[in-house]
Amino acid sequence: MKNKFRLFIIIIFLIFCFGIFYKGLDKSNTYAPKIKDKKNITIFEAKDFNSGVYLNSEEIFKEDTFYIVNIWASWCVPCRKEHPLLMELSKNESVKLIGLNYKDNIKNAKIFIDELGNPYSQILIDDDGTLSVEFGAYGVPETFLINKNKKIISKFIGPLNQETFEEIQSIIK
Amino acid sequence: MLASQIGYYSLILGLLLSVLLCSVSIKDLNSSSRQINQNVLFLSFLQLVFVIVSFSSLILSFINSDFSNETVFNNSHTTKPLFYKISGTWGNHEGSLLLWLLVLTLFIFIFLIKSRTQPKKYRILTLLFQQIIIIGFFSFILMTSNPFNYLFPIPLEGLGLNPILQDPALAIHPPILYLGYVGTSIIFSASLAAVTQDYISKEWGQHIKKWVLVSWIFLSIGIMLGSIWAYYELGWGGFWFWDPVENISLMPWLTLTALLHCIIVLERRVMLTSWVVILSITTFTLSMCGTFLVRSGILNSVHTFANDPARGIFILIFLFILIVLSLGIFFLFHKENNKNSNNYFWLSKETSILINNWFMMYFLSVVLIGTVYPIFLDVISSEKISVGPPFYQKLMAPFLIIFLIFMSLGPRLKWIKSKIENKNSIIITFIISVMLAFFIIRYLTTDLLFHTVLVSAAFFLFFTTLKELLTSKFNNISQTVAHFGFSLLILSILFNSILSSEIITNIKVGEKYSYSKGEIFFKRIEEKKESNFNSIIAYFEIKNKNRKIIELKPEIRIYNQPVIITSEADIKTTLLQDKFLVMSLVKGNEYFNIRYQVKPFMIWIWISVLLLSLGGLMSLFKRSYEK
Amino acid sequence: MKILKIFLIIFLSIGFSQLKSDEKNEELKNKILKNIRCLICQGQSVYDSESDFASSVKLIVATKINKGLTEDQIYEFLRSRYGDWVVFEPELNKNTYILWLLPLLLFLFGGAIIYKKISIKNYEE
Repeated sequence: MKNKFRLFIIIIFLIFCFGIFYKGLDKSNTYAPKIKDKKNITIFEAKDFNSGVYLNSEEIFKEDTFYIVNIWASWCVPCRKEHPLLMELSKNESVKLIGLNYKDNIKNAKIFIDELGNPYSQILIDDDGTLSVEFGAYGVPETFLINKNKKIISKFIGPLNQETFEEIQSIIK
Repeated sequence: MLASQIGYYSLILGLLLSVLLCSVSIKDLNSSSRQINQNVLFLSFLQLVFVIVSFSSLILSFINSDFSNETVFNNSHTTKPLFYKISGTWGNHEGSLLLWLLVLTLFIFIFLIKSRTQPKKYRILTLLFQQIIIIGFFSFILMTSNPFNYLFPIPLEGLGLNPILQDPALAIHPPILYLGYVGTSIIFSASLAAVTQDYISKEWGQHIKKWVLVSWIFLSIGIMLGSIWAYYELGWGGFWFWDPVENISLMPWLTLTALLHCIIVLERRVMLTSWVVILSITTFTLSMCGTFLVRSGILNSVHTFANDPARGIFILIFLFILIVLSLGIFFLFHKENNKNSNNYFWLSKETSILINNWFMMYFLSVVLIGTVYPIFLDVISSEKISVGPPFYQKLMAPFLIIFLIFMSLGPRLKWIKSKIENKNSIIITFIISVMLAFFIIRYLTTDLLFHTVLVSAAFFLFFTTLKELLTSKFNNISQTVAHFGFSLLILSILFNSILSSEIITNIKVGEKYSYSKGEIFFKRIEEKKESNFNSIIAYFEIKNKNRKIIELKPEIRIYNQPVIITSEADIKTTLLQDKFLVMSLVKGNEYFNIRYQVKPFMIWIWISVLLLSLGGLMSLFKRSYEK
Repeated sequence: MKILKIFLIIFLSIGFSQLKSDEKNEELKNKILKNIRCLICQGQSVYDSESDFASSVKLIVATKINKGLTEDQIYEFLRSRYGDWVVFEPELNKNTYILWLLPLLLFLFGGAIIYKKISIKNYEE
């Protein structure tokens, strides 16, 4: 009797493990940190791209509107691809775009903007990448959507595409 | 192209042979003759031949860069050197499965030849169980991982092999590793066969011990080769990262070691019979689990093969069937041997082997839980966590201390009942170890009490086994050599990690970097072209306090297919220490970032694993007068 | 003259203690960096990686150490932005109790089995 009981327990345990591994196969392997609790923007200071003046995060995000923080660089090829979508978004009155120029050379960045247009109401310099880490970014390009309560509600890793563009549009309506 | 056809049809023939073999052997089970029907041996040999033919045709396709074969296309390139074209055969998913089949069929054939003195039914049943595994793998290959898929139109060039895999150690690492852990399939099949025949006895123990030793030796060396590759190729100076794929090779090694010790008991007394069977099943299950985890995409690692969940499902189901089958057989057939099961005097060799198994199972559980827990957590609660080296080190180190002490005392005990002889010499050795450890650690000014204790325990084992080696009259020399090797391994790892030093800095050509123990001079750069890569070779001179200069030339290689940039470290190895220099580019700069490491006793780590295996080898060739 | 000497001594000792604390900071920084996963590399730690992400994290950790944050606070900072996955050593929280404790429980369980096997014999003896 004891043996049969043991066998039964083991079989149940095995079925459990089997189920877990089976489900595990479906799960995506790329790790994208989910925004579980909407987080506040950290408090930081950054240098403005055009004026060279240091601005406080409170001043940057002071208006009662949606904000998009987009991390970009002139040397980043996918950034060129997503740029037209950013230009479109900038036409939307309910959102302001803040650009974060990541590990870039100011001259090249200026050429990039002159060539492709400036969707940003403000550009900040992040020449050592630390500001991006404050936001929880991996690299470039990356985009964050911030709501009127100054909380980060969405994160998009990689260049924006049609799907994510429409997602943003529907949120900021 | 013809080679691919031959290879493919050989596989099909091999599978058909499996079915034929099964029916012929089942008939032979019931026949009255005392020896196996010669046909069975012949068919098994034929099956091996077909697998060899299939494997050879794949190798041939690689050598000829036959890109009409999809596997060759995905994993090779015309400019690859010949040696790596050949080793590329088993460096990919499909080819490595052929290697699995090769070892499975080879080992069962050798088993049949070498087991003529064993009971007939036992041999046939072993063959049958092994055939179940073989059929599973044939089906897996033919259904999901065919190495002979035809590509049309035939591409002119292949996609190439990842350059970090183009390394001699990594080329021979799979075959040797597979001989180890696929070899555990025989132990699995034989144990199940023995259980059904109520044949778990002393004779069986003596017979199966050879197989356990062979698997264990190959597995140890295979794991060592993988570590050597990681050390030379991955460029960070580390050799073990508690990466899931490394853990997966370690787990069967742990159970195999535990099994080896249990068989040593079983050779002499009929004890631990159920545990031996459970360990055999577990070892092979872990090997198969490893295959599952590495190829299905469920784990995230530096080493994983291309991910494909469909393959994962197949292996998972196959694995499940094997486990249920083996457990079912165990519970159905196993007869508990009541006479001897409680004959453990607390101070005896049997008990010390029990303790060995106890600790081995603990280490196994740490590695197993650490590796698969993140999967469970992710599925159940969608939380992702990392389980990295600190986890394994923290959980295992304290227990390692006690384990080392038991390892020093255990072998001295006699079978059945023992007294502690030579108490004084043990105590003296212990005191010497502690004092030596304390003195050394203190001199290094590492303030870790913990290190002192760990090093003392390792020294204790070291001196105990050294004494055995020098004084005993070759009694049990294989065990002493192996244990000595293990103590050397722990000591080398400990001192290597305590004494290693590193300098990281950015430097440009012509610059000198001074530090407390010497000076690094970046002499010059050279550019070179090889068949499938361009390289930048940097010449450094390292001058130490004694004004001795050594030259190190790390490289940065830019491979052509696929386009990958790798850093090749230059390592100068001596018995005393390794000097390790690796260099990488700093973006947009004329500066190079260099990491210079001095790693004492590195080579002793490899030597001690070889010693460990040597002990196993000696046991294999031991004559029976030595008991 | 004497005042100069006193100033020199005070200056040097401040410098020296700064050096010592710099050393300690460097050690702490390396310890932390070895425990953080480089998220865009395969399995490497930030300490071992030269990628963009790794260099940024190295700078941030150095800054935060200088600001006086403790090791745990720095891990918390990174975890809140990147999830538990970014730190190699799993924290002991409700998610990981089983992870840390199960091996130990199994060890005790194994010990109990062995104890039973041994003591039965001694009883029969």
